[in-house]
Amino acid sequence: MEDRMTLTRRRVLALTAGFAAVPALQLLSGVAHAAAEDTTKLIADFTGGKEPQSGKIKLTAPEIAENGNTVPVSVSVDSKMADGDMVQSVMLVAEGNPRPEVVTFHFTALSGAAAATTRMRLAKTQSVIALAKMADGSVYMDKKEVKVTIGGCGG
Amino acid sequence: MNRNSVLAAAFVGLALATGGVTSAFADPVDDKLVIDGVEMTTKTKAPEGHPFDEVLSGWLFREAETRATEADSFANPGMLAVERGAEIWNAVDGTAGKSCASCHNDAAETMKGIGANYPKWDEASKKPINIELQIDKCRTENMGAEAYKFDAPDQVALATYIKHQSLGVPVKLDLAAGDMQSWWDKGKETYYTRTGQLNFACASCHEASMGKYIRADHLSQGQANGFPTYRFNTGGMVSLHNRFRGCIRDTRAEFPKAFSDELMALEVYVTWRGTGLSVETPAVRQ
Amino acid sequence: MAATPKPRVKVPKTAKAGEVIVLKTLISHEMESGQRKDKEGKVIPRKIINKFTCELNGQLVFSADIDPAISANPYLEFSARVPESGTFKFTWVDDDGSIYTDEQKIEVR
Repeated sequence: MEDRMTLTRRRVLALTAGFAAVPALQLLSGVAHAAAEDTTKLIADFTGGKEPQSGKIKLTAPEIAENGNTVPVSVSVDSKMADGDMVQSVMLVAEGNPRPEVVTFHFTALSGAAAATTRMRLAKTQSVIALAKMADGSVYMDKKEVKVTIGGCGG
Repeated sequence: MNRNSVLAAAFVGLALATGGVTSAFADPVDDKLVIDGVEMTTKTKAPEGHPFDEVLSGWLFREAETRATEADSFANPGMLAVERGAEIWNAVDGTAGKSCASCHNDAAETMKGIGANYPKWDEASKKPINIELQIDKCRTENMGAEAYKFDAPDQVALATYIKHQSLGVPVKLDLAAGDMQSWWDKGKETYYTRTGQLNFACASCHEASMGKYIRADHLSQGQANGFPTYRFNTGGMVSLHNRFRGCIRDTRAEFPKAFSDELMALEVYVTWRGTGLSVETPAVRQ
Repeated sequence: MAATPKPRVKVPKTAKAGEVIVLKTLISHEMESGQRKDKEGKVIPRKIINKFTCELNGQLVFSADIDPAISANPYLEFSARVPESGTFKFTWVDDDGSIYTDEQKIEVR
């Protein structure tokens, strides 16, 4: 009984080694995820120490990312973008990536709307965080978990 | 603890041993691919003698965001290759001082629909010829230019540009020309022959397991109608022979040379398996 | 893809005064993250587009500070309020100092 189990486990290792030999997602080779301190510091630097509130900012990301190399994400902040109701910047953070920073959008009175869409890389299943810093210094936050799948014989 | 992990490993091992797929299955989506107002044929009745009743585009097996990226002709990163291809088309290259445009003028007119009928029979070489080899033929025989190295970025961009002029046109090969039928036969044999340490044939995944999940990949019919394709996996364009070689390499087998007789025959057969599907080049896939 | 990064922008040709429009931009670029290793195990150096700006008639509309976690062939979609006719100017800055630009006119009707 034990021999058969061991044999099967060896076969599994041999077979899975085959998958490992497949050129992995770029970010998966030797990936470590962002140290929690890196993420905390990145966010603190952006917020200036202010506690992020929920509301106003909406982060849109797929539930399941077909490939971690290209994940479409959108942010939108409920703001008039006029008369003192202004968004200064929005920052995206990937807490499970080797490095947490992704992109920081800067808006102006000419932006019309505090909204942007881009495509990002996710090394593995993790939460993506969006932070909006308003002109009056207040900070809002939204967070979405994105499952990053591993393909079969992607080639 | 130990016994549980060994049992788990054994289960995975068995699953992998029986063909590498779990029993998870999903139908392809029921969705329409419309690019700039033109509806693509992503689903159609299979030709006579085809193992499936219906041929389905790989587009139908992808997640919503991937499908949306192909449908948006601006956001589709493959269109960057089309633009590059247009530049190359108009650029003089070689000792004859010609560009593609010198003879073929506006590709939107002269190349319209052409890509949907490749590979074609080439009487001069007595073999099937695909877009890439046709480009090389024009370059060496008419332009005094060198043939491209396989997968040179310019080769991929130009092939993408030319095939893109057939966007929406149904794939249709002429198997009656020359010896095409015997190349189709050879390609079919390759398609069904198991290979490599994993002992898979093309058919193992793309026919027997079509619709199942291999890890998180939703297995499609493995059609050629979208090539060269923009793949998220590599963040760039992938040519058909690159994909053939990649698939065969992933069965842990030695893989044939690009444009070898074996892969040309396979291209004829695999392209035929998609008869009736619209050319989608540049498709967007995972 | 192209050897030299090529920008591509989608901007409406006309707008009403004060209208908020959507702009889409793409640029061909590998966005080498600096996380990958080559066959010999050496780290492939980082080389990305690290900044994007959009101006209308010389005034800043929108900008982005870009990190390696943005996908290859970076795609950016954003909005602009168009007070008057003019020219949009788009700028992408590469780690190696190269600057790529594109321009698009817009007419206010």
